Amino acid sequence: MFTKDLLDKSSQLRKKWEDEVRRVIEKNPDQKERWTTVSDLEINRIYGPEDIKDMDFEKDIGYPGQFPYLRGCQTTGYRGRYWTYRMFAGMGDAEETNKRWHYLVKSGQTGLSTAFDYPTLMGYDTDSPKARGECGKCGVAIDTQEDFMKLVEGMPLDEITTSMTINPPATILWAMYLAAADIKGIPLTKIGGTIQNDMLKEFIAQKTFMLPPEPSVKLITDTVEFGTKYVPRWNTISISGYHIREAGSTAVQELAFTLRDGMEYVEDAMKRDGLEVDAFAPRLSFFFNSHIDFFEEIAKLRAARRIWAKAMRDRYKAKSERSLWMRFHTQTAGCSLTAQQPYNNVVRTATEALAAVLGGTNSLHTNSLDEVLCLPSDHAVQIALRTQQIIAEETGAANTMDPLAGSYFVEALTNKVEEEAWEYIEKIDDMGGMISAIEKHFPQMEIADAAFKYQQQIDSGEKVMIGINKYESDEDPPIPLVEIDDVVEENQINRLNEVKRKRDNRKVAECLKDIKSACENNKNVMPYCIEAVKSLCTVQEICDVYREVYGEYRDPGMF
Amino acid sequence: MADRRIRILVAKPGLDGHDRGARILARAFRDAGFETIYTGCHQTCEQIAATAIQEDVDLVGLSCLSGAHKYLFPEVVKILKDKGADDITVVGGGIIPDADLQYLYDSGLKALFTPGETLDSIIDWVNQNIAPKE
Repeated sequence: MFTKDLLDKSSQLRKKWEDEVRRVIEKNPDQKERWTTVSDLEINRIYGPEDIKDMDFEKDIGYPGQFPYLRGCQTTGYRGRYWTYRMFAGMGDAEETNKRWHYLVKSGQTGLSTAFDYPTLMGYDTDSPKARGECGKCGVAIDTQEDFMKLVEGMPLDEITTSMTINPPATILWAMYLAAADIKGIPLTKIGGTIQNDMLKEFIAQKTFMLPPEPSVKLITDTVEFGTKYVPRWNTISISGYHIREAGSTAVQELAFTLRDGMEYVEDAMKRDGLEVDAFAPRLSFFFNSHIDFFEEIAKLRAARRIWAKAMRDRYKAKSERSLWMRFHTQTAGCSLTAQQPYNNVVRTATEALAAVLGGTNSLHTNSLDEVLCLPSDHAVQIALRTQQIIAEETGAANTMDPLAGSYFVEALTNKVEEEAWEYIEKIDDMGGMISAIEKHFPQMEIADAAFKYQQQIDSGEKVMIGINKYESDEDPPIPLVEIDDVVEENQINRLNEVKRKRDNRKVAECLKDIKSACENNKNVMPYCIEAVKSLCTVQEICDVYREVYGEYRDPGMF
Repeated sequence: MADRRIRILVAKPGLDGHDRGARILARAFRDAGFETIYTGCHQTCEQIAATAIQEDVDLVGLSCLSGAHKYLFPEVVKILKDKGADDITVVGGGIIPDADLQYLYDSGLKALFTPGETLDSIIDWVNQNIAPKE
């Protein structure tokens, strides 16, 4: 990166500065002994040319749209189009959530994003005894195609893209989306969006699982195969670090485990007959957390693109440029928010959103100030959306691409994060891949260790959380909380019963038999799922078939 | 014979998978010298009550972040009572709005720990309020 002359000069100047530092801190000591990122990476007092002297500009940095894509995959960045404002929404029933979607679109949101309630996420209908008390609480309740049609009512599915945070029953909810497009007369080639569909991180972190890891990955690969053939604009997996981070991982762990999960999906899909890596890899997308440590997050997002490009080129021999691109959505960190002094969360979210933008995110969800307490209110969600719009259109942060490139600190930190992530990735390779690492509880325990350590640092005051362990106040300003009434559950059960009464139950039984046979004969389940949801099979009815054929995964409860 | 140590069951009722807090707390309880059992995620209220009785615990700590606490927490208390195990104390934690606290106390929860609580303060509460059964 630098000439020998410049490095010599810099090291002379640095020595002089270091002498001065020693003199100053004798009189005026530093506030603390260790200066670390929120993930506990040690940070130097200063960074200079010597910290990045081994970098090669062409090989390691380059320009946007060029290998290693450190500075972004698209050639023109945000000048052509800002990132997608994609606020996560889901509450109560399909009608209520549809109302929120319309409100967000009217407020300038540019992409839809769905939060489903726990019964839907876990593959149970609202009337299951396991679902008691959960209906509509953490997202929208969807039992059948009829609910789904209400959800997308009035949404131009050929114009707006939709992200669905759905994992174990992803085949079914995606089938509902495809069926909805079909019912509205929109060809599958015209619709676009993302299903999260990343089961490995569920075992590692979010714990919304249904089947054991292997059949879980099989169903994911079914969607990859089906999407590659028939729904070319759809991202069939959003390989997600968000939840890994929320479970308490460090930034390095988030990056390493997420990318190694991604590699596992690539490897599984490449085993399918007729699926070339370049056919499906361009539709893999990613999802990261943007936590409170500004520079660590920027470094993480930049490193993510470079690691993925190298892995796709060198490990999987992808030829197409698009296969090397890492496109990702970012969400600000829910776990960084505090119930105490909740208005401070606006500031945290703005900072995290700015880090995501400077890290070059393609899509963003900003958390609402009340999200630590309840589902966000209209007012709070609008402030969160406006935060993105202000960053995009007022601050100038989007004027130039990857503005922090070449910063001694940012480049050194990016290298550090990448180096440590590769160490983890190789360790997992040595264990025989991610499924086997998960079976050994390796990522789970690494995250548990990091989470425990962080909590101790908060309790001891070593890490500061304003309002929690510093600048506490006796009285917090009241904020209005959104509450989902229990009547939602009652109504949803009534609707479900009504659907079961009027549908053709013989057809339902046939569809379920076909899905069972597809599972048993290792066929792609997608065409059967589309048929089943159109015939008004419920989410649970289909998931019960999966559970019957593949068995259920139980949380081993390690801590 | 050495005194029996306090036995605690940390449990996640319902479908919620946010187990960060539960696992941190289970570790902290173990490090504090309590005998600690963790159920793992996705337990029904019946399963939790059955484990609590079978393991003869002194305290059940329920964790829920899905918003279903108003149904799940009282249900565990009720099942324990129905089975004649109301000598087992039940406490809860998670994202619980202030407005729900009184309802939960009235339903038999002995303490509720909400965001911002330190591990030490929870351990102190246990030491002050729970005595191991004879």
